[in-house]
Amino acid sequence: MANFSLPANSRVTAGRKHKAPAGAKRVMPFHIYRWSPDEGQNPRYDTYEIDLDTCGPMVLDALIKIKNEIDSTLTFRRSCREGICGSCAMNIDGTNTLACLKPIAEVKEAVRITPLPHLPVVKDLVPSLEQVYAQYRSIEPWLKAESPAPPDGERLQSKEERAKLDGMWECILCFCCSTACPSYWWNGDRYLGPAVLLASYRWIADSRDEATGERLDALEDPFRLYRCHTIMNCTETCPKGLNPARAIGRIKQMIAERKA
Amino acid sequence: MAMKEMTEPGAIMRSELGRVRGLGTARSGAGHWWAQRLTAAALVPLAVWFVLSLLAHLGANGVAMAHWAGRPWNSVLLLALLIALFRHLALGLQVVIEDYVHDEGAKLVGVSVMKGVLVLLWLAAVVAVLKLAFAA
Repeated sequence: MANFSLPANSRVTAGRKHKAPAGAKRVMPFHIYRWSPDEGQNPRYDTYEIDLDTCGPMVLDALIKIKNEIDSTLTFRRSCREGICGSCAMNIDGTNTLACLKPIAEVKEAVRITPLPHLPVVKDLVPSLEQVYAQYRSIEPWLKAESPAPPDGERLQSKEERAKLDGMWECILCFCCSTACPSYWWNGDRYLGPAVLLASYRWIADSRDEATGERLDALEDPFRLYRCHTIMNCTETCPKGLNPARAIGRIKQMIAERKA
Repeated sequence: MAMKEMTEPGAIMRSELGRVRGLGTARSGAGHWWAQRLTAAALVPLAVWFVLSLLAHLGANGVAMAHWAGRPWNSVLLLALLIALFRHLALGLQVVIEDYVHDEGAKLVGVSVMKGVLVLLWLAAVVAVLKLAFAA
């Protein structure tokens, strides 16, 4: 059966508390999920009180401040700090999003941060992305064409053809959507998940790609594609404002179309 | 998801890509998905007709109801309702079982028993409608 409760060794316990410096006026507590494979203990929530007057506006600013000034053992991924690399995807205040795009001011009382749900945790806020990356690899995310490219230039697209890729090329593969999807939680080993299906549709919709039929063949499966039950968490959570649910709907439509 | 050391029992040595590709695609699922939507669409008018018909017969006795159900168009629509309803039910319950039951054996038994029970219930309902249709 699907697991509806956390196994005993995954239950989160209370952790350490780091007080705000004396004299801090605007104090915001951050409850942050901590787990290290080396300690052999249950995960815990450590609390860090941050003086917002000495901190940048985004949740990532606070995480970097904690790591620099309070607790250097806190582990998280980050790179570009401007919403284009997808590294700092995590669950903040109950919603998957990018820490660098999430203003602290949007959270009312305390900021609770956990890793992306339903992925194995490597350490603290760092989840294992091995499976999602392999799923991305499995849809062969590159242009496939037998016709040779024109000798004097690149493969051309009309403006309309190019416009069909809008809303898909912007995906940064942060996997906020896939890890927000209950269907992916229960059947992630076989269901490809919204991020990978959106990526697949990006190539299905590309006028230069000649492998559309093969790509649809590879998706036509009760688990790979049809585990999508249009729950819409993917679209709701996407920090880039994209709509994976619509892309999945289009794939289903195209498969139905070729049978008609 | 191989987070275990390779010497541990139950360790998965297969590559992540090999595991994700698994047994390949079933090349099916579209029919199931389409049938679910088609039966859902059919159930809207059929269910409305059925409920309105029952409301119109509030307080009627068994003989009147049997006479109503035995009229040709009513029998046809009742049979159509039973086909759409039971097909939709079977498709939906199959999805629920596949979503939550991960043991392959239990899944197979669960889906088979569920479909067997629904077929029996459906046949019983169909026989009842036919008896009324031919008795009229």
